[in-house]
Amino acid sequence: MTPAVSSPPLLTIRGVRKAFGATQALGGIDLDIEAGRILALMGANGAGKSTLVNILAGLFPADAGSVRLNGAVFAPASPRAAAVAGIVTVHQATQKVGAAGMTVADTLLLDQFADRHAPLFVSRRSVRRQAARIAASAGFDLPLDRDFGEIGPADRQMVAIARALSAQASVLILDEPTASLSQREAERLFSILEGLRARGLAILYISHRTADLSRLADRAVVLRGGQIVADMARPIDFDRALAAMIGRPIASAHAQARAAAGDPVFDLDGVRLHDDAPPIRLALARGEVVAVTGPLGAGKSRLLATMGGAERLRHGRMRLSGENFAPRSPADAIAAGVVLAGPDRHQSSFVPSDWPGGTVAGTIALPHLKRWFPSGFLVGDRERRAAEDAIARLGIRASGPGARLDTLSGGNQQKVVLARWQAEPAKVLLLDEPFQGVDVGARADIIAALRADRGTATLVATSDPEEALEVADRIFAMDHHGLAPWGAAEGVAA
Amino acid sequence: MTETPLTITSRQQAAGAGRAAPGLFHAVRRGAIFLLLAILGVGFTLAEPAFINFANLMSVLQAVSVVAILGAGITVTLAVGGFDLSVGAVAASSVMAASYAMVVWHLDALETVPLVLAFGALVGLANAFLILWMRVPDLLATLAMNFLLTGLQLIPTAGRSIATGLILPSGDSATGKFDPDFLSIGRAQILGGVPLPVLLMVVVAVVLHVLTEHTRYGRLFFAIGGNEVAARLAGAPTQRLRLSAYVISATLASLGGLIVAARVGRGDVSSGASLLLDSVAAALIGFAVLDRRHPNVLGTVVGAIFVGVLLNGLTMLNAPYYTQDFVKGAVLVGALSLTYGLGRRRL
Repeated sequence: MTPAVSSPPLLTIRGVRKAFGATQALGGIDLDIEAGRILALMGANGAGKSTLVNILAGLFPADAGSVRLNGAVFAPASPRAAAVAGIVTVHQATQKVGAAGMTVADTLLLDQFADRHAPLFVSRRSVRRQAARIAASAGFDLPLDRDFGEIGPADRQMVAIARALSAQASVLILDEPTASLSQREAERLFSILEGLRARGLAILYISHRTADLSRLADRAVVLRGGQIVADMARPIDFDRALAAMIGRPIASAHAQARAAAGDPVFDLDGVRLHDDAPPIRLALARGEVVAVTGPLGAGKSRLLATMGGAERLRHGRMRLSGENFAPRSPADAIAAGVVLAGPDRHQSSFVPSDWPGGTVAGTIALPHLKRWFPSGFLVGDRERRAAEDAIARLGIRASGPGARLDTLSGGNQQKVVLARWQAEPAKVLLLDEPFQGVDVGARADIIAALRADRGTATLVATSDPEEALEVADRIFAMDHHGLAPWGAAEGVAA
Repeated sequence: MTETPLTITSRQQAAGAGRAAPGLFHAVRRGAIFLLLAILGVGFTLAEPAFINFANLMSVLQAVSVVAILGAGITVTLAVGGFDLSVGAVAASSVMAASYAMVVWHLDALETVPLVLAFGALVGLANAFLILWMRVPDLLATLAMNFLLTGLQLIPTAGRSIATGLILPSGDSATGKFDPDFLSIGRAQILGGVPLPVLLMVVVAVVLHVLTEHTRYGRLFFAIGGNEVAARLAGAPTQRLRLSAYVISATLASLGGLIVAARVGRGDVSSGASLLLDSVAAALIGFAVLDRRHPNVLGTVVGAIFVGVLLNGLTMLNAPYYTQDFVKGAVLVGALSLTYGLGRRRL
C-alpha cells in the first residue's frame, strides 16, 4: 500500500524557526515528509502546529531554516503561490472558503475565477458542470445549487476539501478536518484520503482525535513548545504520544463513576424536539455529569438550546427542582439557574477582542452584570476579582484579568467560557461541544473543574464518544432527535 | 465577527510586534488627534492671535455643539452594532416642528420643548420598529426614515420656511411668534460667557460617556454590537436595548434641532443640510481618538471639536468657504487611515 521507505522525501524541512515578538513559536524544526504517507501532526494548542502549517501554506515566511519541495527551494510568498507549487491547505475555519450569496458551485470554482488566464465570461451551465466534476472526483455529494451561507459546517468542510483536491496538489494539509463531520461523513473522508495516499500524495493531518489518527496515520510527529518531541511510526502508541504532547503521563482517561448522585434537579418528560421526533425522557441530579453524544445534526444542540431557553419548548414538559420550567428566553433560564454555553465559543460567547468587554474579565462578567452591579454603575473590583479567582482556579494562562481573549489559546479561551458560567452558582450547567479546539491538557483541567462542582447538574453535548467517556458519569446517545442510553455495546453503563 | 485560528495568529503577531517596538509610536498613535489639535491651536494663534480668545473658542464650541450632540447619538447606535442615518432629518424636522408649534399653534417654550423631544423619541421608536420587528437592515431603515422626514417636514407649510406671517396652505396667515425663552436655548450665555448650547453639549457628552463606558447598560450595548447572539445567550434583553439606543439617538437629534431652531429663530427648510454627514464624520473620527477603534462618545465629541477648530482657523485665515468640505473629508480619511491602517502588520 505505501511505497518503500527508501524513496527520497517529498518535503524536507530543515532548522525552521519562527518567533512572534518574544515568543518562540518554532524553535528549529527538522522534518522529512514522504510521498504516499499520511503524517499525523500532534501537539497541544500553542505547540507550534499552526505556525508550521501557516509557513507551509505561504501565510508568512519562516525566520530561519529552509523548506525544499521535490528538491527545489520552497518559499511561497502567498497561499496562492504555495498552492501553485503543490502544497494545498484546508484550514479549520471553513467560513472563509466561500461567502454567503455564492452558490456552492461558484465556491468550488473560486480559484479559477481568480485565475487571470481563465476565460472572462462564465456561463451558469459550465460552472455547474465543472463544479459537479470537482465534487465527483472528490467523491462528495455536494448541494451545488445551495447558497454557501446556508449550508452547514460539515458541508462547508467538504467544499473546502473538494476545492483543495481540485488543485494539482502533491502535499495536502488538513487541519482538524473531522471537527464538524459526522461519523459517516468522516468515514467517507477517510476513504478518500486513503485513495489520495495510494495516488502518492503526502498528507499532513492535524487532529486531536486519536481515533481518526490511529485509523489513518502512518507516522505521528508530536510538537511541544515549538520542538519535535516525538516521532513515531506505525503502530503508533497514542498514550505515549499524548504524554509527549502534554509533557506528563495522562491519568486514566475514563471518568470514575460516582458512588451516589445527589437529589434530582431537572427532568424532561415527553419532550419532543420537533413534531415527529420521539419523546425524550431525561433526569439530571445534582453533582452529576451527564453526556449526550451522537453525530452532528442528531439534535444535541437543539436539546441543550431548548433546556437553556434559546429555543422554545414545543412538546412535553420540563421541571426544575420539581416546578414547571418553560423559559421564554436565555435570560429567563439564567434567572432560574439553568445556564447554557453554546457551541463554537466565538459565535456563542465572545465579543471581538478589540471591542469593550473583549477581555477575560469582561467575558466572565457579561451575564452577571446585573447581580454584580445592582446600581448600574461599573464600580468596585467585583469583576476583576472574579477573573482572578477563575485564572487561579482553572489555571487559565493569561497575562491577567484585562488580557484580550485573542491572546489566549483555544483551551484557555474555553476555560474562560466555563469560568463565566461557574462564576455564580447554577443549578444546571449545559455545555455544547465544550472541547472543540481544546488540547488534552486544557481538556483535563476543564473536566476536573466540571467534576469538582458538586452543586450543579452538568449536561455535556459532544459528538466525540471519547470525550463523553472522559467527562461523564452517565452517557446517552442521540440520533434523529431521540435519546437512548449509550453503552451496552460499548461497555459503559448508562 | 468570528475569530478564526488564522486571524488569531495574525493578531498575536501584531501584538507581538507591538511589544517588540513599544513606547513612542504607540503613544503618538493614541494621542495623535490631541497632538494635532495642539499644533493647530499654536499654528492658528501664531497666524491670527484672535484665534485663542475665549470668545472665539466659545464660538467654535457653539458651532460644533449640534454636530457633537447628534454624533453622540449616532455613537450609541454604533455601539449596538447599528447605524442611525436619520439623525440629520430628525434634527431638521425638529426645527420645523418647533417653529410650527410656536408660530402656528402659539405654544410657548415650556410646551414646545417637550413636544419636540417627544417627536424625536417617536421617530426613534419608528426606527426601532422597522429594524427590530420588520427586520429591515438598520442602514436602510434609517436612511429611508431620513428621506421620509426630509419630505414630511415640507408638507405642513407647502415647502415654505416658517416665520411669523407665514401663509398656510389654507390661505390663513400664521400669527404666532418664537417665544423669547425658547430663543435663549440657542443664544443665552451662562457662567460668564459659556453659550447654553455648549453647556448642553457637555452635559450630553458626560451623561452618554458615563452611560456607555461606566454602566452595565453600556457594557451590554457593546456586547450586542460585538456579538448579538452571545449577548442574548448571556441573558441580555437585546431587543429592548437596541430599541433604547435608537430612541436615545433620535431624541438627541431632536435636541440638536431645538438648538438650531433657537439659534436661527425661524423654521428654515434647509437648516439640517450638512448635519448628518458632519455628525457621522465626528463619530468615525472618534474611532481614532486614543486609538480606541470602537465607537466612543468622548472620541465623537473630540472629533467634532477637531473639525470645528480646523474650519474656524481656516476661516480666520481667509480660506474660502468652498474648501470646507474638502478639509473635512481630508481629516476623515486621515483619521480612519490612522485608526485602521498604521501599526497593523500585514499577514
